[in-house]
Amino acid sequence: MSVDWSRARFYGINGGITLAFICAIGMVEAFDSRSVINPGLTLGIVALVWVPPLLAYLATRRKALEGFEAEPAGAQDLGAGALVGVITGLILVVFVWGVDALLEAGVAIRDVFPRLSPAMIEIVTFGRGLGAGLTILFVGCVGLATAGAALHLLSRPVRRGIEFGLLYVLAFSLLEPVVTDILEDNADALYARTGGLKPSAAAVIFLLTGAITAWTTHRNAPSIRTRYGRMDLDVQRRVTIAGVLISLALFGILPRFLGGIMNELLANIGLFVLMALGLNVVIGLAGILDLGYVAFFAVGAYGTAVLTSPGSPAFSPELSWWVALPIVIILATLAGLVVGTPVIRMRGDYLAIVTLGFGEIVRILFLSDWLSSSFGGSQGIRQIPGIEWFTGEIKGVDPERIFYMVAIFVLVAVYVSWRLQYSRIGRSWMAMREDETVAEAMGINTVTAKLLAFIIGAILASWGGAIFAAKVGSVFPNSFELLVSIIVLVVVIVGGMGNIPGVILGAALLIGVLGGPTQPGLLQEFQEYKLLIYGALLVVVMLVRPEGLLPSTYRSRELHHEEMDQDAWLKAGVGAGIDEEEPAL
Amino acid sequence: MSLLEISNVSVSFGGLRAVNEVALTVNEGEIVSIIGPNGAGKTTFFNCITGMVKPDSGSIRFQGTELIGMDPNQVTTLGIGRTFQNVRLFPNMTILENIMVAQHCRTEQGVWGALFQTRGFKKEEKEIRERANTVLDFFGTRLAGYRREQPAFVLSYANRRRLEIARAMATMPTLLMLDEPTAGMNPRETKELTQLIGKLRDEWGYAIVMIEHDMKVVGTVSDRVVVLDHGEKLTEGDYETVTHDPRVIEAYLGRPPEDA
Repeated sequence: MSVDWSRARFYGINGGITLAFICAIGMVEAFDSRSVINPGLTLGIVALVWVPPLLAYLATRRKALEGFEAEPAGAQDLGAGALVGVITGLILVVFVWGVDALLEAGVAIRDVFPRLSPAMIEIVTFGRGLGAGLTILFVGCVGLATAGAALHLLSRPVRRGIEFGLLYVLAFSLLEPVVTDILEDNADALYARTGGLKPSAAAVIFLLTGAITAWTTHRNAPSIRTRYGRMDLDVQRRVTIAGVLISLALFGILPRFLGGIMNELLANIGLFVLMALGLNVVIGLAGILDLGYVAFFAVGAYGTAVLTSPGSPAFSPELSWWVALPIVIILATLAGLVVGTPVIRMRGDYLAIVTLGFGEIVRILFLSDWLSSSFGGSQGIRQIPGIEWFTGEIKGVDPERIFYMVAIFVLVAVYVSWRLQYSRIGRSWMAMREDETVAEAMGINTVTAKLLAFIIGAILASWGGAIFAAKVGSVFPNSFELLVSIIVLVVVIVGGMGNIPGVILGAALLIGVLGGPTQPGLLQEFQEYKLLIYGALLVVVMLVRPEGLLPSTYRSRELHHEEMDQDAWLKAGVGAGIDEEEPAL
Repeated sequence: MSLLEISNVSVSFGGLRAVNEVALTVNEGEIVSIIGPNGAGKTTFFNCITGMVKPDSGSIRFQGTELIGMDPNQVTTLGIGRTFQNVRLFPNMTILENIMVAQHCRTEQGVWGALFQTRGFKKEEKEIRERANTVLDFFGTRLAGYRREQPAFVLSYANRRRLEIARAMATMPTLLMLDEPTAGMNPRETKELTQLIGKLRDEWGYAIVMIEHDMKVVGTVSDRVVVLDHGEKLTEGDYETVTHDPRVIEAYLGRPPEDA
């Protein structure tokens, strides 16, 4: 039996439910204002379009075991794909038709589902009335699903070409504000006046990138990663340095070409990179699950606010930002000690819960009436001056220079975590993460090691807080909600725990595209659905790639222990894990 | 003065007296084996010495210092290295890193040295690496060469046991405590390890206390054998005397029927 019909049925039902869900929560309507290809395709439709082909693709995918040839795909797979499409389409059509009927009949479904609006129905029926619209919808589902299954029939280069071509089109559409900032008037060749890629430009991008991907796949060129792995150690080193320098240079000049909004975005990404790097020391290196990390960010921000702002209620020395910074670092160290000392004897889940509590305590303290005479309660502290620089004060209204400021601190943070990771201290953290009892029996003082991780993490977060305060110009308790801790944690997990480039990539992707807790990303339309998408993304990453996008070697070892064992065993015939024939004694 | 002087150590878990008034002395360069049936309290006694279990009463003095009340890492720093009954390596760290991290308590470079790459830091890193290699070289071809950059979990069972001993050696102890070092090894590996234990004392000068079930191993290397049963010390002496002691035989095999 080559086609698993029950699996196709299962995926079809899931697909239908997903589509109905996306419609019901109002994503389609909310995203409709953003054009992907103009005219023709809005983000609202894209939110639906990806489901049938992806599920059909997954439903007809075959798992090949090591050493076995997978059965080639055939016409039956197209049938299975079409089945996925039929089921998905039926569910969606029935759903839309049902909603329309209920709305017509005046049933108050919108009291429960406020987003089930006539406008949504208008969008998914392409404005052609129920009969024609639903037919298009159904045929579209079947067609797309069949196409998704048909991907298996294509040769690998063509398939990858199509996949990557589509991804690039999407990416170009997403990066519209960035590209427009860089190309200025020339961007008119790519983008329509009212936003969105021009159809001709989309076609060119698709064909070009698709063809290049197909060609490189066809040539079977080894990936950059494998090629890098094959290099000699000193060549590898030189390549790494060159890569770092080039990306530094790129990021050094990029803000010059960007407008205010994009620089603001870059600065926000930088702030989250800073925090994620700090959390990475605590979680990724030392293995302490700290859910109250935002507390240190708050300490940094409030410390700076009190020390620099003339508007600070009780104590207002009005220091310069640079003088305040060392004091803030000391405050963060103390905060690390205060939070760290009581929780340090705990392990795992208990520690997570307690830190979670501490994070909230800090926010509520800043909010409380009790301390409002010093920290302003819910009014916060305003009039925080900017950062003095040779050429004048750097403030939030000048996002480009804020970005450079953040970048400098990110570089320092990268250096600190990199050097610590590969030192005696980093090794002790690693050992502690692997097995705390044994680490202690091997002479590592786990109490000081944990406290040190806490403090380093706290200091890095406090830098973020200090810049944040100067950038925004005011601090309020509401900026330091639990959500910040969670989003930083998601950034670390999705990016790749324990790996510096991974953490940076995670922040760039998540904060850049989706946005931070209050900061908008490239997809401003996502604002309302940000938490949903964060959650969905976390689930998908945990299922598909639990070690994150760019994992550290240790994490992937931890998670793929057995596979690696088996691979080594298969490759060596009988070798590697097993003792070679030993000389008799 | 003896290296390790233990008097009247007792441990209870709830109502169970796991170790009852046990006394033991270990001299410099001596190999002492602790034997006894399963559940006799051998590992608990071990854990008392290394600070992982706090005894209810008694005294444990190592080179004149009282160990009771110390944390495991302090005990290790004083010079007692140990292995575990159910091999507990840091499986995802490389073989070399397993040994390097064990030198933690013998080295001192902190955040400052790491951040500014001071001369002291670089020198110490180099020393740590060299010492790790020296310790691994002791195990000859077993843990040698290319294998050192591989994660520890690729090692076979016997090699994991060897690496655990190497890791204990890297803490630079004066007293090495081995918890069933040959458990799960085949006869040839056991024989090899027996020789190795002898070499550990002769070449590295360790005093060794080990828990062992394999009587061949015990008989070959031990200077003295201590028998524990139901948490109490049954007897102590050289291998021949101890194994012919009727009480020991009874502890292992049970009392012969009265009317036989």
